[in-house]
Amino acid sequence: MTAGPRTLFEKVWRDHVVAGGGELPSTLYVDLHLVHEVTSPQAFDLLRERGLEVRRPNQTFATMDHSTPTLPAGADGRFPILDPTARRQLDRLVENCAAFGVPLAPLGDPRRGIVHVIGPELGLTQPGMTIACGDSHSSTHGAFGAVAFGIGTTEVANVLATQTTLYRRPRTFEVRIDGRLQPHVSAKDLILAVIADIGTEGGTGHVFEYRGEAVRALDMEQRMTLCNMSIEAGARAGMVAPDDTTYEYLSRRPYAPSGRAWQEVVAGWRRLPSDDGARFDAGVSLDASRLEPMITYGTSPGMAVPVRQPVPEAGSIADAHRRETFERAVRYMGIEPGKPLLGRAIDVVFVGSCTNGRISDLREVARVLAGRKVADGVKMLIVPGSQSVKSQAEAEGLAEVFLSAGAEWRESGCSLCLAMNGDRVEPGQYAVSTTNRNFEGRQGAGARTFLASPATAAASAVHGRIADVRELEAGR
Amino acid sequence: MSRLEPFTELVSRVVPVPSENVDTDRIVPARFLTTTGRRGLGRALFADWRVGPDGAPNPDCPLDLEIHRGARILLAGHNFGCGSSREHAAWALVDAGFRVVVSTRLADIFRGNALRNGLLAAEVERAAYERLLERVRRDPAVELAVSLERRELRLADGDPESFEVDGFARQCMLKGVDQLGYLLEQLDEIAAWEAAHPPRVDTRSLPSTA
Ligand code: SF4
Repeated sequence: MTAGPRTLFEKVWRDHVVAGGGELPSTLYVDLHLVHEVTSPQAFDLLRERGLEVRRPNQTFATMDHSTPTLPAGADGRFPILDPTARRQLDRLVENCAAFGVPLAPLGDPRRGIVHVIGPELGLTQPGMTIACGDSHSSTHGAFGAVAFGIGTTEVANVLATQTTLYRRPRTFEVRIDGRLQPHVSAKDLILAVIADIGTEGGTGHVFEYRGEAVRALDMEQRMTLCNMSIEAGARAGMVAPDDTTYEYLSRRPYAPSGRAWQEVVAGWRRLPSDDGARFDAGVSLDASRLEPMITYGTSPGMAVPVRQPVPEAGSIADAHRRETFERAVRYMGIEPGKPLLGRAIDVVFVGSCTNGRISDLREVARVLAGRKVADGVKMLIVPGSQSVKSQAEAEGLAEVFLSAGAEWRESGCSLCLAMNGDRVEPGQYAVSTTNRNFEGRQGAGARTFLASPATAAASAVHGRIADVRELEAGR
Repeated sequence: MSRLEPFTELVSRVVPVPSENVDTDRIVPARFLTTTGRRGLGRALFADWRVGPDGAPNPDCPLDLEIHRGARILLAGHNFGCGSSREHAAWALVDAGFRVVVSTRLADIFRGNALRNGLLAAEVERAAYERLLERVRRDPAVELAVSLERRELRLADGDPESFEVDGFARQCMLKGVDQLGYLLEQLDEIAAWEAAHPPRVDTRSLPSTA
């Protein structure tokens, strides 16, 4: 076997192939399997139907996030789960984890939070690993140089039972981002620009590796934001090569190795970055210094423009199907093609999710909100990505800033990222949201979503209209 | 170890859903995801599209039109099934009677989910898609014959159009075997791999404090 230059992805992939390849899909070993309440009950049932055990409970970790309420437990210690089917689903996860010996961070556990927030913050997510989870935003964990991908429930059962999954080897795709981001332009703006550029299916069949000066300059949380939305460009996964920023973040995390073991693993991780001269199957390159705050106008994350730019016009779209899709989106959103969104009135602002619900996101929002008020008639909901983010935000005084600005501050969870936990945007309402999907009905039937960065969301909350955070902050 | 109904041939009318990038949130809205079973999701299929906000059937949605009753083939726009990995999207289509989704491209995770549930994910060239769509729009009662053996679609009076489908998944569907059975046959290799690669984390090293 030749040892030519290899990409980060190829190194991790080769390390984990148990069998197969060629005509057959590869049997890929999964180092870490993350589980949540929504995509696991049917998988545990499949195991029961066949009399199978969880092969490696010690490499499996479960949490509750999608259908959990964001209001705190009452005086009686009970969580306000209003929907009986959601309660049943949460109960099932508790039963399943107990029956199969899978460690679980249930409601009330300080480790609990959105699955893609807690994996990294607990130090479960580590460079060079393969990570699978029954959730498409598993790509988040790629920020550490792991190969992390979303799987369906049948595959969740496969991984539970065998610690492997069948996977066709994806192709590699270099997303090169040179230059430096301007002030108030974040990783969220960057990834929205990437998706707008290559399209929502531009990455199909590929794994992204984000490279270049701008990526190296990002902290771990921004790298996670970037990798998180790889799936929104159709990619299987997104990755960033580990470096000192990665090791600094991971050292002393609860599940990360320590002492001598730490030295050893870091030495191994240093060999992971793509070799000089390694070739990618496809690529795109962007100049970070030219990017501006971005906002989506349609019902697919690729329908995004710089916040001051006009929404495109149907006439500019040559392809008939694409034009039809555009027109449907514009109708659903109730917006005018050819006009900018800047200044459009909004009803709701949501800050949170596995894309932008981490402590640095909340700090950014607090910086903008400090000494200001959420505009009258606007509901602003700030939901930390995990219980640990929540306590840190409270310790740092961020929660104080949010509450005095008139925002609501909640328990961690997916919340308004998807309408299945009691939080939702009402039909026809407009929301600026730091989440990852502006699909029809994603935040509630008939809800209309504008995706943006935490800073843009906060500035828009203050104005009650879609705002350019650079303008607001220039006035400080 | 047969767990899927084998698929060889099928003849049916076709429901066209030509929008591009139809995401799995539209196929099954999130509020239906609290279910803990795999069956009964047919009622959730395109729930917010079939019925308008006023509760009345939406005339723009072809799914409930009399002419399409009992149709088992969905002709879907480019990148159908993008977004969330929810397998509920595939379960809902199967529960509603579909056995085939034809598109120019199906999103990766959805394609896999479909094939694992006996829902044939058939990808065709753009020109073939346009021909099929044009014909189905003109003549909604037209029947399409699907042969997985020959990887072929054929309108009652037309030429065959070939389609792409993952070769391994095709074999599994033809024989009605599923992936778990296949993986379980590899347990020796998996154990050998594990013996050479100690686990990278131990998720049980900290106790629950709830
Ligand atoms: S925050 Fe949103 S995208 Fe992330 S895991 Fe939860 S529902 Fe999925």
